[in-house]
Amino acid sequence: MNEIVEIAPLEEFGEAVAAPQCARAPVGLLAELTHRCPLQCPYCSNPLELERVNTELTTAEWQDVMRQAAELGILQIHLSGGEPTVRKDLEDIVEVAAKAGLYTNLITAGVTLTRDRLKKLKDLGLDHVQLSIQDVDEENAERISAYKGGLAKKRELGQWVREFDMPLTINAPIHRHNIKNLPRIIDFAVEMGAERLEVANIQYYAWALKNRAALMPTRAEFMKSAEIVEEAKERLKGILVFDFVVPDYYAKTPKPCMGGWGRGIMNITPSGKVLPCHAAETVPGLQFDNVRNRRLADIWLNGQAFEAYRGTSWMKEPCKSCPRAEIDFGGCRCQAMAFTGDAANTDPACKFSPYHAAFVATAERESAEANPPNFIYRRVGGASKTPE
Amino acid sequence: MTESTMRTRTIIALASKPSLPNHIKLRHDAGRGRWLILAPERVFEPDEISVEILKRCDGATSVEDIASVLAKEYNAPLQDIIKDTISMLQELSDKGVVKA
Ligand code: SF4
Ligand code: SF4
Repeated sequence: MNEIVEIAPLEEFGEAVAAPQCARAPVGLLAELTHRCPLQCPYCSNPLELERVNTELTTAEWQDVMRQAAELGILQIHLSGGEPTVRKDLEDIVEVAAKAGLYTNLITAGVTLTRDRLKKLKDLGLDHVQLSIQDVDEENAERISAYKGGLAKKRELGQWVREFDMPLTINAPIHRHNIKNLPRIIDFAVEMGAERLEVANIQYYAWALKNRAALMPTRAEFMKSAEIVEEAKERLKGILVFDFVVPDYYAKTPKPCMGGWGRGIMNITPSGKVLPCHAAETVPGLQFDNVRNRRLADIWLNGQAFEAYRGTSWMKEPCKSCPRAEIDFGGCRCQAMAFTGDAANTDPACKFSPYHAAFVATAERESAEANPPNFIYRRVGGASKTPE
Repeated sequence: MTESTMRTRTIIALASKPSLPNHIKLRHDAGRGRWLILAPERVFEPDEISVEILKRCDGATSVEDIASVLAKEYNAPLQDIIKDTISMLQELSDKGVVKA
């Protein structure tokens, strides 16, 4: 379950502290424990080629990853998927992670977790639950996820999280099929007693990229949603913290994807491949190491895939001489690859990219389509048009 | 959930006794030689004075007492320290990092 995990690698307040460049330890580790998931969201950030259960790391291997992560200086571990709770050994992994001193965050769709299991996870040291919702309109949520009865289960999970006095974040991926319900999504988060709400416009990679024409909202819809969030932020100050992820297609400058390549976060796939970001496998010419045959710290510091686009030395113009080079690190390599054919190009989300106009035009054209294409649901084997 | 169980905004005042919720961890990061606040999906890097305030947020000490200690330690006017302490704690409370 890792649709849009926007993790600010380091938010500073008070005196700004100069962030050391380059080879420092990452703040966060996104652990995709499995690609199995009962839902089939058409914007899933998992790769089109989903990894099979028989390739997944064992309990002992994940536990070793947790210990290595803590040694390396990683602070937060995001237990994600797929749906991480389908792993029966989630408790054993959480226990080791918490003991190693990692801040543990469970990213779940909330349809498989029982009350007993949640209690056990809490007792073992789970720090935080992030629950994703597809929509607050039940029928629509079922259509988006190709899963029946999800919303009621999510409500139930939310109540247990409160009951056990754990912090709750609601993650709401936003697209043309639910953007109109944003006010109700905000109400839902308040009603659930969540501390945080991620209003996460879809990032168009992997399944979302395949389904872009079916998902893209119009610029007007996006602008309206930004106003709604602004108003709600003021009204709910001290009650609900908002994270608003802007869609790249309507942005002027890109996001520092993953806090900069090989800088803030690393991602481990179910089979143990270590990636600079979850879409990195779409960038040609990269070699990915596996935790099964190399130490995590060595991979982070010296792995070819991490070195390839770390820092700014790989940049071409206009990034190379841009004052924002060390702020956004030229945006996303995977998006540059997908849209311009060269991962070392400026992210087309940037207004200085020669591809920017075409990028924006694509979104405008697709979102204006009165009858968008059907979803291509996320599932093993992929590319089938209808839910099972 | 009914109105009465819904949360309201906490306003930090002189008599407030702030503390960190269980899920917020103030931790010294020896490797990087700095203090960090670990929060859901966030890591904050507090400055020196914020760290001094946060260390004293034990749920038993009032904002007024925290500020008096710091005013002495830093040899600074109490009123200024009170003002800074309240505004910093209010900001952190709004971010869900401090409760009172
Ligand atoms: S299918 Fe949906 S719920 Fe499952 S991992 Fe993907 S985005 Fe998350
Ligand atoms: S030119 Fe490159 S560095 Fe400058 S804003 Fe655009 S993406 Fe960022």
